[in-house]
Amino acid sequence: MEAAAQAERAPGGRLPAWLLGLIPLALIGAAIGAFALLGGPGLGERTGPPVEEVVVERTTLRPGEIELTLRNDGPDPVEFAQVAVNDAYASFTASDGTEVGRLGSTTLTIAYPWIEGEAYEIFILTSSGGTVDASIPVATETPEADLSFYGLMALLGIYVGVIPVSLGMLWLPFVRRVDARWIGALIAFTVGLLALLAIDAALEGLDIAAAAPGAFGGAALVFAGALVAYLLLAGVDAYLARRRANAGGSAAQGGLYMALLVAIGIGLHNLGEGLAIGSSYATGALALGAFLVVGFAIHNTTEGLAIVAPLRDGVGPTGGTRFGHLAVLGLIAGAPAILGAWIGAAAFNPSLAALLFGVGVGAIVRVIVQIAPAMRNDEGRILHPLSVAGLLAGIALLYVTGLLVSV
Amino acid sequence: MLGGALAAGASLPIVQGLLPRESGGLGTAGAKAGHSGHAGHEGFAHAGFAPGRSVNHRANGFDPTNLLRDFDYGKTRRLASGRVLREWEIVAQDREIEVAPGVKYEAWTYNGRVPGPTLRAREGEKLRLRFLNASDHPHTMHFHGIHTALMDGMPGIGENRGGGQVGPGEEFTYEFDAEPFGVHLYHCHVSPLASHISRGLYGAFIIDPKKGRPEADEMVMVMNGFDTNFDLSNEVYAVNTVGFHYVNEPIQVSRDELLRIYLVNVLEYDPLNSFHVHANFFQYYPTGTSLEPSEYTDTVIQGQGQRGIAEMKFPFDGDYMFHAHVSEFAELGWSGFFRVGNPSRLTAAAASAAYCDLPWGGAGRKA
Repeated sequence: MEAAAQAERAPGGRLPAWLLGLIPLALIGAAIGAFALLGGPGLGERTGPPVEEVVVERTTLRPGEIELTLRNDGPDPVEFAQVAVNDAYASFTASDGTEVGRLGSTTLTIAYPWIEGEAYEIFILTSSGGTVDASIPVATETPEADLSFYGLMALLGIYVGVIPVSLGMLWLPFVRRVDARWIGALIAFTVGLLALLAIDAALEGLDIAAAAPGAFGGAALVFAGALVAYLLLAGVDAYLARRRANAGGSAAQGGLYMALLVAIGIGLHNLGEGLAIGSSYATGALALGAFLVVGFAIHNTTEGLAIVAPLRDGVGPTGGTRFGHLAVLGLIAGAPAILGAWIGAAAFNPSLAALLFGVGVGAIVRVIVQIAPAMRNDEGRILHPLSVAGLLAGIALLYVTGLLVSV
Repeated sequence: MLGGALAAGASLPIVQGLLPRESGGLGTAGAKAGHSGHAGHEGFAHAGFAPGRSVNHRANGFDPTNLLRDFDYGKTRRLASGRVLREWEIVAQDREIEVAPGVKYEAWTYNGRVPGPTLRAREGEKLRLRFLNASDHPHTMHFHGIHTALMDGMPGIGENRGGGQVGPGEEFTYEFDAEPFGVHLYHCHVSPLASHISRGLYGAFIIDPKKGRPEADEMVMVMNGFDTNFDLSNEVYAVNTVGFHYVNEPIQVSRDELLRIYLVNVLEYDPLNSFHVHANFFQYYPTGTSLEPSEYTDTVIQGQGQRGIAEMKFPFDGDYMFHAHVSEFAELGWSGFFRVGNPSRLTAAAASAAYCDLPWGGAGRKA
């Protein structure tokens, strides 16, 4: 073996590197081709009947109609033969045929005189006699995705995203006046807040992923999204840091930079939050009471505070930061809620939602890693009585305001 | 007529109603009345299978319409004693059948059909059934009747004499006297019982009284169901196997003619089943063991294994629904129609009166 490897290496040394890199790829391709051509020699037929796995991705209700978008999550084609709503067979049409291949999807439009406020259990009988279950806990008409609906979603995004974040940023003058010793505590407060936010978003993402087709990754999408977001932000950060180092920057600019990072992280998080709100609203799971909107607003106000906390150093009531900059920061952090609400209400897809929640988590974790060093005291310790108090206060505030919005 | 029907159909693009097939198209007026009377229910006439597709009876090997009046009298010969000996050959076999349009089910059958053949004899005859098991699983034939333990089709009893459980490839001949008269049933008695029965191993067993019964249009209705996903509850309910079959192909009967229904309940997983007929009443003979009816009614309940005879005459032409008065079963397939008299005389009003005044989804289908 060793000798053979040695013999290979000698002539290999004369071949260009790119060719050496390509040879294994070509061999893998040939092997796969031969395997497929021969029909998987030695593997034989499957054992037992096919297991049908189907996920209900989206439920839409219109007067006299229930629409289900189904995705085949299993290895074999599935044929939907009949549909029963609350133990009564009903007629239906299928947008993309009744037979769906692996990872394919079709939308069944079922004729049924559903009644507002009632619950419905649906089973779809497949050609093999298997059933796919879908349930509608509380029937309510799905809003039509027209202009006024997008307007409403935008308003919702502004209510729960832009306005509260901007209001939270009004703490900037207060933050400016706070004694220098408290800066670590303020940053700690932000970190505590963000940490709980990340945990919350991760759990919500995993919750949504549970309903998503496993073939697309399911729960792994949350972690993938988090990893991708973290790495992208780290890369952008490294790039900007080098440019800043070349240009030279003041302390105020450093604070603004840090605030921008926090705003981006929170913005990506609010994208997921908007998505959850929009889809819940569209499926009738969420009643847009004033209480809930107020709850979200108070909850997200804390995020505004997190953005301005790093802007402490500087002169003037805003720490030398221009109002234009503050407005941009507020938009970066709050406006994605609008986009999220649109996506969530118009084209909710559990796999996409899980991925976006993961992105939010990764962004927040990146922000925490970024700003945590600012918690250091004179002795260089990150965890000291003041910072711990700040962390706990942040966690407590987010938890308490979160009680207002538990949907 | 055609124009009106098409117009009604156009406004109900995805309707599958319960209007029996080949009925006259609904008049425009009837359809409109239905619309206005049920605001919010447009587009949904009633429970039914998705349109555009029907069960392939040829592939199944049996058609519920024919099964209805198909009585298997076997072969007879007179014994030296003067008694009649009646003989059948029954083969148990596994077979895939379609129980709802597009829905296949791995059934276990007697003679390739579900329900098995309706065995019919006369009180006092000697019966002999040669049972061959061509299935992959052990089975028996357990008759409701009066007989010896060896002939009971009960696993664990009589194996040493070739009886009891009959394994794959084996056979056994059941022999007993036809008694008492009435409507009975037979089914497999191998454990797990619910599984062996619900898979399709059952049939009606009729013993006519010595003096016979009055002349009538006779039919057998075996109320059954199918647990297609094996979750111990039925997905499809029916009489004679195919859900909604007699909605799509109503049972033709004559006005003022005596109708006799041998009704047997073999449903598994649900403790009770029922039979209800519209716009009429019937005389009911529980188990058929008396020649005097016990009740004049339009609804009877039967537990698992219960059966009886219903006799009625339809005084008016028209389409009349019959169904389980367990609404869940009715809307999961156990519904049908009697079509009384000349179909061409049917009017929209008569068709609507059959169940309720909704515009039947069949309006757009055929005039």
